[in-house]
Amino acid sequence: MRHFDADILIIGAGGAGMYAALGAVKGGAERVLLVDKSMIGRGGATVMAQMTVAAALAEECPDSWESHLEDTIAAGRGLCEEELSALLCREAPQRIRELDGWRIGWARRADGRIAQVSAPGHSRPRCCYVDFLATGTALAQTLRRRIVRESAITKIDTFTVTDLLVDEGECVGAAGFDFAACEPATIAAKAVVLATGGLSRIFRRNSASANLGGEGYALALQAGALLRDMEFVQFFPIGHLAPRLVGVDPILWDPFRYKLGGKLLNGKGEEFLDCYGSDEEPGYTTPRDLLTYAITKEVAAGRGSPKGGVYLSFAHVGKERIDKAFGPVVERLRTGGVDLEKGPVEVAPIAHYHMGGVRVGARLESSLPGLFAAGEAAGGANGANRLSGNAIPEALVFGENAGRFAAEYARGRQNLSSPQGAREAVDRLRQAAAGRKGEKPALALLEELRDVMWNAVGPFRNESALEDATQRIGALRRALPLAAIAPVKGFNPMLADWFELKGSLVAAEAVARAATLRRESRGAHQREDFPASDPALEKTLLVEMDRDGRVRARFCR
Amino acid sequence: MTAKGCARLRVRRGSEGEEAARYDEFAVPFEEGESILDALLWIRSHRDPTLAVPYSCINANACKACAIAIDGRVQYACTTRLLDGRVFTLEPLPGKTQLRDLFALTRPSRQKAP
Repeated sequence: MRHFDADILIIGAGGAGMYAALGAVKGGAERVLLVDKSMIGRGGATVMAQMTVAAALAEECPDSWESHLEDTIAAGRGLCEEELSALLCREAPQRIRELDGWRIGWARRADGRIAQVSAPGHSRPRCCYVDFLATGTALAQTLRRRIVRESAITKIDTFTVTDLLVDEGECVGAAGFDFAACEPATIAAKAVVLATGGLSRIFRRNSASANLGGEGYALALQAGALLRDMEFVQFFPIGHLAPRLVGVDPILWDPFRYKLGGKLLNGKGEEFLDCYGSDEEPGYTTPRDLLTYAITKEVAAGRGSPKGGVYLSFAHVGKERIDKAFGPVVERLRTGGVDLEKGPVEVAPIAHYHMGGVRVGARLESSLPGLFAAGEAAGGANGANRLSGNAIPEALVFGENAGRFAAEYARGRQNLSSPQGAREAVDRLRQAAAGRKGEKPALALLEELRDVMWNAVGPFRNESALEDATQRIGALRRALPLAAIAPVKGFNPMLADWFELKGSLVAAEAVARAATLRRESRGAHQREDFPASDPALEKTLLVEMDRDGRVRARFCR
Repeated sequence: MTAKGCARLRVRRGSEGEEAARYDEFAVPFEEGESILDALLWIRSHRDPTLAVPYSCINANACKACAIAIDGRVQYACTTRLLDGRVFTLEPLPGKTQLRDLFALTRPSRQKAP
């Protein structure tokens, strides 16, 4: 069996994980192990980021991090952990300028300053970008170039962590398997950083890449750490639905609507936003939650488009304006069979981002000593609703801090040679890798889970549907040990599916239980049976796991 | 209504060291616009969950993981569209060791242990 020793283990190699690796080196760590279930710096949500990165750079107009903070807190509907939000807003400009020095290629104004554009919820133009649709790939590439220069950083790709190891109340490493060999491995680390991203993949309609199944939240819970705000899943209202577009992320339509004022029409070709109390002006003024509500209601009333969404039409805009605003992209879309001046596309809400996550303090440490979290894996900075453009600075700033503070924590500590629980974890891995007969493959159960989550724990929720969903998640958790795994040696996707299902079920239960307990509507959490916000519930919900593996939610404070 | 079609995928199977090349053929129903990667994921869900397919970002062509040989030409599975009635032969990247199914050895080091 393989074993690795490291000062700092970083799980997840997207924007947060790569920055955490750089932060750990800066903090003096000599052996930083960066592992990813997928590829290093090419998986996760970072590469999918389209455009906006919010930071109070004051290049476009006067701005301050305090103003960015004010906007972030307003969007978070009373639930932001203000010291985390402040950290994000205060340090975002440093990270953006650092990346500028690393030649990421931020788009410039004619006078050479970094260009900053407006985005919904920001009081002034604050969002920088590299290229429309390609900011995330440029960012990932820049960070990959930086981490290869650091000899202290060792990268292991296609490595799935299945357990965090806890010894005497401290996180001391992890166990998992390498997809190529499908054999167990253990990692001893003086501190661990979770940078595993979110959970949008547990919903049927999502904008996720392959590794956003919520497994990081499950790892934290199982190790005894607390989660927070798990009920707040951000649904992007106008995700692309049809016709099928390839090579483009489904989140692409926001800038189009923003710049060109695309019209939303129901299945009968009628505008409908005004029926839901929106006085949308030309441009893009309807908030995301109202938009999601209006679209969902039109579809439920039988006035949806053929694929179960609504139409987004640019037919009134005219070819000239479309081409002028989005020339090269419009050409790409045309090649893909979408001709904006000719016909509408179908759009619908899709799961996009998770506000909740591991509860961390200002040093990004979780409630479990030795375990840190960064990026989407960490909860609190965005409260009940994330401001557009805050996800990337959250990844960069929190990653850098988590790496540095983890290195500080690791100083003077030793690697444990045989931590508690390592053998059990390895035995479980061996058994799973040896294969098991079963009725259904884990993939079939994952598909069921995605339907349950979409139908009952999606953009609109009510008590009875949530309770039913929790029951069904429980039944799936009981079915997990019976799921089939083929005895394939190496590159066994059924083994990967099984562990994804295991983690996704725990994350799903955390969301469903928190959503059940929050009997009000607030931010991204919308309850049909409690449509108003309740001032008495302006408090954080924590989620924990008991010794028997039961997931529980409770209000704190 | 979206047009529907059916394509046939001949997929190279097996692991490093197997002597004879082995292909499995799958008939895959699809809706217009869907990609080879969509078909491979459909096969995993509906026909054979053991099929090993390299991919990560799924649809955005951002990760570049799904490069395979499609009818002998290196292409991305996520941006190559299915065609009705066509047979597509899918193999791992040519000139590299096949690891399993559509996985090829793409990184010589595969990152050594510290």
